[in-house]
Amino acid sequence: MTASENGFSGTVGLFRLAMRRDRILLPAWISVFALTAAVSAQATADLYPTLGSRIAAGNTINSSAPLIAIYGRVYDTSSLGAVSMIKMGGFGGVCVALLSIILMTRHTRAEEDSGRMELLSATAVGRLAPLGSASAVIVFANLVLALLTALLLVAVGLPASGSLAFGLSWAGAGLAFGAIAAVCAQLSSSARTATALASVVLAACYALRAVGDSVFGSDHGPGWPSWISPIGWAQQVRPFAGDQWPVLLLSLCFSISIGAVALVLASRRDLGAGLFQTRSGPAGAAARLRSPMALAWRLQRGAFVGWLITFVLLGLMIGGIASSVGDFLNNPTAREFITKLGGEKGLVDAFLAIELSFGGILASAFGIQVVMRLAAEEREHRAEAVLATAVSRTRWALGHILIAAFGTAALLLAVGIAAGATSAIQSGEPNEVSRVALASLAQLPAAWVLTAITVAVLGIAPRLIVLGWVMFSGFILLAELGPLLNLPQWVLDVSPFAHVPRLPGVAATPTPFALLTAAAFAICAVGLASLNRRDIT
Amino acid sequence: MPAILVRELVKTFGSTRALDGLDLTVQTGEIHGFLGPNGSGKSTALRILLGLVRADSGTVELLGANPFKHAVELHRRLAYVPGDVALWPNLSGGEIIDLLGRMRGGLNQQRRSSLLERFQLDPTKKGRSYSKGNRQKVALVAALASDVELLLLDEPTSGLDPLMEASFRQCLMDESANGRTVLLSSHILAEVEAVCERVTIIRSGRTVQTGALADLQQLSRTFLSLQLAGPPPEGLGQMAGVHDLQVESLPPAVAGSTDAVTQVSCQVEQSALDGVLRQVAQVGVISLNSQPPTLEELFLRFYADPTTGPTTETQTQTQTQA
Ligand SMILES: Nc1ncnc2c1ncn2[C@@H]1O[C@H](COP(=O)(O)OP(=O)(O)OP(=O)(O)O)[C@@H](O)[C@H]1O
Ligand SMILES: [Mg+2]
Repeated sequence: MTASENGFSGTVGLFRLAMRRDRILLPAWISVFALTAAVSAQATADLYPTLGSRIAAGNTINSSAPLIAIYGRVYDTSSLGAVSMIKMGGFGGVCVALLSIILMTRHTRAEEDSGRMELLSATAVGRLAPLGSASAVIVFANLVLALLTALLLVAVGLPASGSLAFGLSWAGAGLAFGAIAAVCAQLSSSARTATALASVVLAACYALRAVGDSVFGSDHGPGWPSWISPIGWAQQVRPFAGDQWPVLLLSLCFSISIGAVALVLASRRDLGAGLFQTRSGPAGAAARLRSPMALAWRLQRGAFVGWLITFVLLGLMIGGIASSVGDFLNNPTAREFITKLGGEKGLVDAFLAIELSFGGILASAFGIQVVMRLAAEEREHRAEAVLATAVSRTRWALGHILIAAFGTAALLLAVGIAAGATSAIQSGEPNEVSRVALASLAQLPAAWVLTAITVAVLGIAPRLIVLGWVMFSGFILLAELGPLLNLPQWVLDVSPFAHVPRLPGVAATPTPFALLTAAAFAICAVGLASLNRRDIT
Repeated sequence: MPAILVRELVKTFGSTRALDGLDLTVQTGEIHGFLGPNGSGKSTALRILLGLVRADSGTVELLGANPFKHAVELHRRLAYVPGDVALWPNLSGGEIIDLLGRMRGGLNQQRRSSLLERFQLDPTKKGRSYSKGNRQKVALVAALASDVELLLLDEPTSGLDPLMEASFRQCLMDESANGRTVLLSSHILAEVEAVCERVTIIRSGRTVQTGALADLQQLSRTFLSLQLAGPPPEGLGQMAGVHDLQVESLPPAVAGSTDAVTQVSCQVEQSALDGVLRQVAQVGVISLNSQPPTLEELFLRFYADPTTGPTTETQTQTQTQA
């Protein structure tokens, strides 16, 4: 028997096991994606009922470099599908890619970290079987997602061919990043690193296509940077705008080749090892490593620095774009489009308000992630060792919660200062820095509420900690789709972000901030009280 | 005042009754063995003693206080080695030892280095690269290097090699000599026999036996195998303290002899040994083979089935002795 013959043995069994583990996660995720696509298609059709209004909306995007950078270009402004799917193609592709990254890491590297893989590898399971079965899960999930999305798009009245192209463009992005995550899983020494590495590649690919579409692009197509980005490929399928089927082959070939690289790496690598040998550390702890706070910082600082860099870059981008928003002040459709997106007066301020609220939502993801890490400390039995020393549960948890709270503030300040400074340099108004930084910081109380809710879940039902992300996605969907769907105000008000004044540029009273902050403290206190009462498992 | 006093402790997880009226007394200064089959509730009991898990009912006193309410103050005075040692993958062993020691309220640098030496542990490795035994050593050094009154150890040697286990036993003896109290949960009977003065055996969350090791050995049975010159004495099987009597007639030892030879085997409790020997001596003993009682055999009986364990009478007796 050759190595390759038995390398994959047991793949089918592992695939079944994986499908069983994901029997709730996968259907939920897939249906949320497909429904979101269908709902926004429907909503856009209602928003722009006439051909003229669609062309105007499409032209608005195409005439603004910032919007092209964020969403991409509308390649056929007369096509309802092309106009309505413009946000879903790029952003949606990123979300589908994230799902594939999470799935791949979850079924390969995370299993090794937990030691379960060792148990399985000792049975008649080949060394390539985990990667094989995880790839099968990803192919299966992305194909189902593509078909379901296509079906729902057809159901809301879009053309079949474009709908299928759209679904498959998502699947292409999903497969490509599944393969990238597979390589990352082989290179990294832990699941956390693998996810982070693959996410960095994803962010870079998104940035590449942003530059390729806007700076290097024209009405005919993007520049070369978009053509080296799997997210760019997903958009260049141009669903509902000519359906470029051959581009799908590009994604497919890329996924297969990168997948093959992952297989080669996997067949050479030891179980549990990464590409880089773990270096040795100090023989004793530094003097400041003496408290649960110091430990929490040690565990979270790497992630925080990554987030901080991302937020500074985001700020620079927002600031740069903000100063060019004025370029299309004269375009009445643009004015309508931007004000429709939520701003009130002053197009620059309206743009900043939108982008900063996006920053606020993103920053709240950092807070949630920090609390998730705290939950993992307990789940992976490391909390036990700390709580068996003279450290109270409150102090243990507070170490991480303070990092979440102050870290979120630091991120918002970073994005605000970076955006304000860029804008100030271009406009020559030094006041801009503090004004934009404060506007960014206005998101803080709302972001804290999300952190606090995650703490409450940890305190009350640690097994359901994933609810933190469910809540986060729910608030985003509510903010994105709620107004399009004409949901009643009280439903929209469920999201803490709905209560943040759209700064800068509008008058704000301290009341909503005080109320949100008070709510965050109260919810966090409830969580800590429950944590102190329950069993540590 | 005992270091640990547990009465009627009950803890359920959903429908599982992990502890079902557990009693446990650990005197100050002793090394107390805590034994029981897998899933009998040892780890759960230790986690309640640490205040990590809340008891459903019953009383728990640790160093004179309630471990759930006064966790922080109590934890300054004790150290714990969990059954499953999980380390931070990015921290080195040395960092983890120092960090845990400092959070407990300080650790003895001199003892830290002598323990590292004794266990031959490399403190510069990262948490993720330690083997199971070495992970356990990190937790052991962190616990033993602190100046604490009480050590709670949950199967601390399950991953150690025999050499390291011997080092560990020596450490425990030293700790005990310094007046520390130790509660040691273990599946390794030789270890328990070597270091523990008293033991508590639990089964399905309930205490089935507790007492000094010497007293327990009294409860164990000597295995006797005899060849008698005639049929066994009347009523041997019914004597108190005689178990599993088996009698087999053998062909006469000398050809043509009419004397029936019988092969007799039985298990005899320490208390009945004298009576049994007197009785068989009257019949005539051709050969006698006895196997001394082993702790192993005693524990196995307790682990397997309570009905074959010593009678309630002797059990209460041992408990009052304790
Ligand atoms: N968090 C929990 N949730 C549900 N059941 C639990 C939990 N912790 C323990 N149990 C159950 O309680 C019982 C006692 O478990 P425990 O870990 O205390 O046993 P143990 O004596 O330490 O076993 P071992 O010798 O294998 O370590 C088992 O049946 C176990 O399944
Ligand atoms: Mg246990």
